[in-house]
Amino acid sequence: MSDNDWTPDQPLVSIRDVHKSFGNLEVLKGVTLDVMKGEVICIIGPSGSGKSTLIRCVNALNTIDSGSIKVEGQEVHDPNLDKLDLRKKVGMVFQQYNLFPHKTALENIMMAPLKVLKQPQAEVEERAHKLIKRVNLGGKENAYPGELSGGQQQRVAIARSLAMNPDVMLFDEVTAALDPETVNEVLLAIKDLAQDGMTCILVTHEMGFAREVADHIYFTDRGVIVEHGPPATFFTEAKDPRTKEFLSQIL
Amino acid sequence: MNAFQQYFFDLAQQHPKWNFIYFYDPVQTERVIDGLWMTLQLSVICVIFSVIIGVVGAWVQGAHSKTVRLLMQGYIQFFRNTPPLVQLMFFYFALGQFTPTYSPDGWLEVPIISNVGWAIISLSFFAGAFNVEIFRAGIEAVPESTQEAAEALGMNRLQIYIYVVLPLAFRVTLPALNNNLVNLVKTTTQALAIAVPELLYQMISIYNDYSTAQNACMLFLFFAYIVLVGILVFGMHRWERGMRIPGYGQ
Amino acid sequence: MKSGTRNNTDLAVLKPFNYSPTGSVHDLQFSRWLAEFSPRSLIFFVFLFSLWPGFALAQSNYSMAQALEALWRWLPFVVGQGFVLNLVVSFLTMLIGTIAGVLLGLGQISPLRPLARSCWFVTQLFRNSPWLVLLFIVMLAFPFEIEIGGRVFQIPDWLKAVFGLALPIMANISEIVRGAILSVPTGQWEAADSLAYSRHQTLWLVILPQCFKRMIPPWMNWYAILTMATPLISLLGVEEIITLSRQAMEAEDNHPELLVPFFGFALVIFFAYCYPIARYTLRLEKRFAIRQ
Repeated sequence: MSDNDWTPDQPLVSIRDVHKSFGNLEVLKGVTLDVMKGEVICIIGPSGSGKSTLIRCVNALNTIDSGSIKVEGQEVHDPNLDKLDLRKKVGMVFQQYNLFPHKTALENIMMAPLKVLKQPQAEVEERAHKLIKRVNLGGKENAYPGELSGGQQQRVAIARSLAMNPDVMLFDEVTAALDPETVNEVLLAIKDLAQDGMTCILVTHEMGFAREVADHIYFTDRGVIVEHGPPATFFTEAKDPRTKEFLSQIL
Repeated sequence: MNAFQQYFFDLAQQHPKWNFIYFYDPVQTERVIDGLWMTLQLSVICVIFSVIIGVVGAWVQGAHSKTVRLLMQGYIQFFRNTPPLVQLMFFYFALGQFTPTYSPDGWLEVPIISNVGWAIISLSFFAGAFNVEIFRAGIEAVPESTQEAAEALGMNRLQIYIYVVLPLAFRVTLPALNNNLVNLVKTTTQALAIAVPELLYQMISIYNDYSTAQNACMLFLFFAYIVLVGILVFGMHRWERGMRIPGYGQ
Repeated sequence: MKSGTRNNTDLAVLKPFNYSPTGSVHDLQFSRWLAEFSPRSLIFFVFLFSLWPGFALAQSNYSMAQALEALWRWLPFVVGQGFVLNLVVSFLTMLIGTIAGVLLGLGQISPLRPLARSCWFVTQLFRNSPWLVLLFIVMLAFPFEIEIGGRVFQIPDWLKAVFGLALPIMANISEIVRGAILSVPTGQWEAADSLAYSRHQTLWLVILPQCFKRMIPPWMNWYAILTMATPLISLLGVEEIITLSRQAMEAEDNHPELLVPFFGFALVIFFAYCYPIARYTLRLEKRFAIRQ
């Protein structure tokens, strides 16, 4: 895509020693992690530990102060960053869904491919219909966000991101604002995606889900990665006292 | 003279106080139609310009440059502060002195901006100042997070403004915009002060020429503006209902 | 990083819309805007307008000093006769408009359907007509003299203008009254009902005392709007500040350099008069808001 020497066997997202402050508050104090193609990683940790900020930096919604974030070899921490090129590769789903309330579910999905990528209407429409069925919302094509439940809106939001054909998806606490009974339908949609081989970075509080779908779990606290490992060992053999305390509270 | 004209002609003969002269005298009919047409033109053109000024102004207010924002603020404060009547006079009499003139026949000196032109400029800027504030408030009502979602989908600032912010902002602003535009249509009457031949001006001149037509002229004026404002309000309400987003009732 | 509140699927799509134009009767947009100025801005305006002739037409032989001197000479005439008349008109208009408006507003909430409907209709009619049209109609429709008990009274133009301006004021006050009464919770009506108050007693003993304070700030807001609108009557030949300013300029041979000092002075004096009113309106509104 861009003129760099990235090859698919290198990390798809590579985060190196990232620092980020809001005013006097340093929220990221040297975070380093890699995500390989097809890998699903979960970032967990207490509120205010900087995990949302970290993934918002990956698609340049926030800028970083120092360090490096590379997506398929493209440096995000670059004043001349081609944001459109980056955002074609990186999809993002938000805690508050953030659908466009004046557009139907289908229009929400089609908007960016039509207006940003300028793809032909017929092709985009066909893809949007497939996507809406994929997130199990067949029949809701013409519903407005206000007519959908939180879980349904969030699934439309996932389909909307997928319509851009991203290589990596970011999920920022996507179930935190949902009714408990609709959390599952969203998690299922994400799981389905993960099983299809989509590279995913999730910030989540759903430990059961993390254990089930993640290839690797990172625990962050006060701006640093305290501990990480595959789910099989992470939940049972945590060494750091902070991790233990967090897990004991949440499990 | 057809039956309609004959009826009002006879009415004027029998009851001199009810001389609907514009219904049977073609010359006066034409004056009324001209006045109505001028009022309509003034209203429609000023509504369009003022909305454009509002949309562009609100966009400019979000600019990074502090100077630009300050200039915008100055414009809004000036036009909101001063009575539109004084604005009209100021534009026409004070600024009108400085406009270049041209000479169609080598003798006459005609300013390139006529009094109608000044009325359009002055009234558009007057209503536009309010529209900027209205649209700005509407834009502020669109949550950052919705704009962020659009940004994450790769839209640039202009695309976000056109496809996401404006359509949403427009919906919340419609009632306020409606009020302001009604006010604008009412304010077009003040163009009389610089002799713009709109409806009020024409009706007053008919009355000045034919004093028996006084009651008829006043009746017509009163109902003409009620109908005009009524049409605008009706249209705006229809539009508001059409734009309502299902599922998000106010 | 906030963890979202659970069980909340009805996320606000839009934040509150913080604007209401002067056209709406209840908001104090006009006063709010006016009160935002610092008192020092007045001095700045005066300074700005007094500078104008100096840089606008520096090449002409009529100097800034001459223009200001002319303004100074005519000041007692323009203010003492002109602006004072604007104030008299505004007081009387407000008096008549308020009395008529309160009656009309009470009529709007009358249980008698036909009365309520017709009061609503009259209110809408006069709220939606251009002030200037109403002014002209009253100017022409009113006789210039009336006979009471064999004696003939002349009605001066400015008095007719008062009636013309009172019509839209009446309609807007009517809306203020209706809105204020409707804003009292229905529980109050029900409580009074259960205490066997008559409708009349409920209205005068329970409801109106509660909403009286609420009506004061919007009422004062309309007073400021009205005062700013009084120059309109100059178009009908009433000898208020704008008319007299033009007469004064004519007497000074209509130098174009006079336009800005004279009209600028008019702007400043209106501003100086309405500004404290606006400040006070907002202070009252804040005080009432806290108490409630």
